[in-house]
Formats: sequence, C-alpha cells, structure tokens
Amino acid sequence: MRLLPLLLLAASLLTACADDKPQRLPILGEREVVPRPDGGPADTIFATAPAFRLTNQHGQILTNKSFAGQAYITDFFFATCPGICPKMQGELLKVYQKYKQEPRLAFLSHTIDPDHDSLAVLREYSRRLGVADAQQWHFATTSKDTVFALAKAYFTAAMPDQEAPGGFAHNGTFALVDDQGHIRGLYDSLNKTEVERLLKELPILLAEMKERKP
Amino acid sequence: MPLRRFFFLLLFLPACFTNKQNQGEKLYAEHCASCHGDQGQGLAQLIPPLAGADYLKEHRDYLPCLIRQGQTGPITVNGIQYNQVMPGHAELSPAKLTNLLNYIENHFGNHATPRTIAEVDEQLRACPQ
Ligand code: HEC
Repeated sequence: MRLLPLLLLAASLLTACADDKPQRLPILGEREVVPRPDGGPADTIFATAPAFRLTNQHGQILTNKSFAGQAYITDFFFATCPGICPKMQGELLKVYQKYKQEPRLAFLSHTIDPDHDSLAVLREYSRRLGVADAQQWHFATTSKDTVFALAKAYFTAAMPDQEAPGGFAHNGTFALVDDQGHIRGLYDSLNKTEVERLLKELPILLAEMKERKP
Repeated sequence: MPLRRFFFLLLFLPACFTNKQNQGEKLYAEHCASCHGDQGQGLAQLIPPLAGADYLKEHRDYLPCLIRQGQTGPITVNGIQYNQVMPGHAELSPAKLTNLLNYIENHFGNHATPRTIAEVDEQLRACPQ
C-alpha cells in the first residue's frame, strides 16, 4: 500500500499541470523553420489548409475567406456512395446537431463525384440529411482534379477506383481546421472513440479561438 | 462410457446453435450496418430504418428479393419517403439470407415469426426478373 500515496502525489501533480496552462491542440502538417535575416530566433511557419474556391449547394462561392473567424470540420463524400459515407455523414450530423448554435464552427463536405452531384443533387442531399436551411454546413463542389488535391491536403485519401464500391476509394477522415487555417486534428469517422475525441477536442479549440479574439 | 460421451457432446450443442444465430448478426455488421446503422436506425431521410419499420411487416415475402437485388426509386417507410440507391447483395445464399432476415426481424425491437430456408428459397424464386 506504499504505492497509494505516490499515486496520489502523481495525480495531484498532473492536475496541477493541467490547471496551469490551457490545453492546446497540436498543429498538424509540415512546418518550416525560417531563419530571420537579423539573426534573431528563427520563425516557425506552420502549414495551412490549401487555398480553395468552391461552390456550395446554394450556388454561393466559398473561399478560405468565407470561413473567417470560424473553425471548420471537413470531409469528402458523394451522394450515391454505397460504402462508408452514410456512417461518416451520420457521425458528422451528430457533431452538427451539438454545435448548430455555434457561429464559430462550420462544416464543409466536399463531393468527390462532381459529375453526378450537381447543385440540385447536393441541395436534395442536404435536405434529406435534415440540414437544408443550414448556412453552417456547406456541401461543396469543384472540379475533380481540385477535389482530389484538396483531399490530399486535408490528409484524406480519395481517388477514382473502379474496384471500390461506387467507383471511388476514400476513407472517412474528418479534418478540423482552425480560424487561422491550421489543421488541428484528424479523426477517423468510422471509429467511435475517434469521434468522441473530436467532441472532446472541439471545446479546446473554441476556447483557444476565444482567447485570440475575446 | 458412451453415455458420458453423449453428455459431453451435448455440451457443445448450444454453442453450435448460437453460432448459427450469430451468422445473422455478423452478416448484418458486414453488409448492412454501414448504411442502416448499428441499431438499424437508418440516417435522417437518406436511409430508411430497419428498427420498427412497417415496411418489413408489409413486404415480408419480398424482402429476400429486395436484399438480393437492391432497391431504388421512391419508397415509404413509417410515413417518410426515401429515394436513394441500395446496392444488391447477389452473393448472399438462401441460408445466409434466412439468418440475416431472422436477425433483423427479431432485433432492434422487431418481432416476427422466424423464417425457414425453404420459405426463403421459394420467395427468391418469385423475384421479379
Ligand atoms: C449503401 C447503403 C445500403 C446498404 C449497404 C444496405 N442498404 Fe438497405 N437500403 C438503403 C437505402 C438507401 C434504402 C432505400 C432505397 C430507396 O430509396 O429506394 C434501403 C432499403 C432497405 C429496406 C427496405 C426499407 C426498410 O428500411 O425497411 C430493407 C429491408 C433493407 N434496405 C435492408 C438491407 C439489408 C438487410 C442490408 C444488408 C444486406 C442492406 N439493406 C444494405 C441503403 C443500404
């Protein structure tokens, strides 16, 4: 039983640490260390989400600027996807339902089948998902090449594949992007504990954003 | 001694039965849960539920065909209209379809008379070509 006091001490130390500093999510992706010309401490430049120009289900143009002051969760799907999409979008719907009153969080679902998923199809899909009037959840389209490049930039695998169900191979990654365009989390939507992690980490990011812009 | 062996064998029997019963559950997890959900709850107005679905009762004889051939076009389940694509599962044998349907029709709060393979076999023969 000598262990107990030790454990208690460790626990109290741990909580003390947690209290000290606000928790921060990591910044994912490449980072570049740029030496300063004046010889001062080098700057670290973190990778950001790629520049994009998309059209959402309402025909509105979306660019990175459209998400100013917002974090967003992004994923890649297609309306007729017979594989993982229903599960993936169902999980994102749960997150949406929890945060639909939160103006600092948006949702961005990219179709990887722009040939089929016209704006009308995307509108119908969003209606059936029950988020028809949502300005907060965008179902966006662009050219095929662009969307596959975007998927890669958000660390999601998506590519045409005749062998895969529905003609596209992709995985169900959610990427969480902060208000400065940094990717702060990647979550496998098909894994329950990963979606729980996302729900735990979202408030941490929102708190950080609040500190930035009280 | 042979009697002892008999009882010994008996011990394994229940395991055999539950295994067969589990086949339905496994098939569901493998082929259906990604769309219809772990609890058969469906997804909004995109994917109809299996839990408490009136469609199951009203189209009992047609269900083996529906699973084999898939389903497209407007379909109404519990008063809500759906209109998406469900791919067919042509690879499922009559025995597997029987276990799968018995699982669905007696889980998620559903109750129905268990099907026999012979019954399902017959229903499959009546599938629209
Ligand atoms: C790719 C997603 C998908 C998969 C996988 C899938 N379904 Fe479906 N299912 C649907 C959709 C969508 C409909 C409604 C089709 C329509 O709108 O015409 C449907 C309809 C049904 C219906 C009739 C309506 C209802 O809800 O009672 C049954 C029964 C059914 N599916 C059972 C199954 C079974 C059993 C499996 C596994 C072998 C399965 N489905 C696999 C998407 C799927």
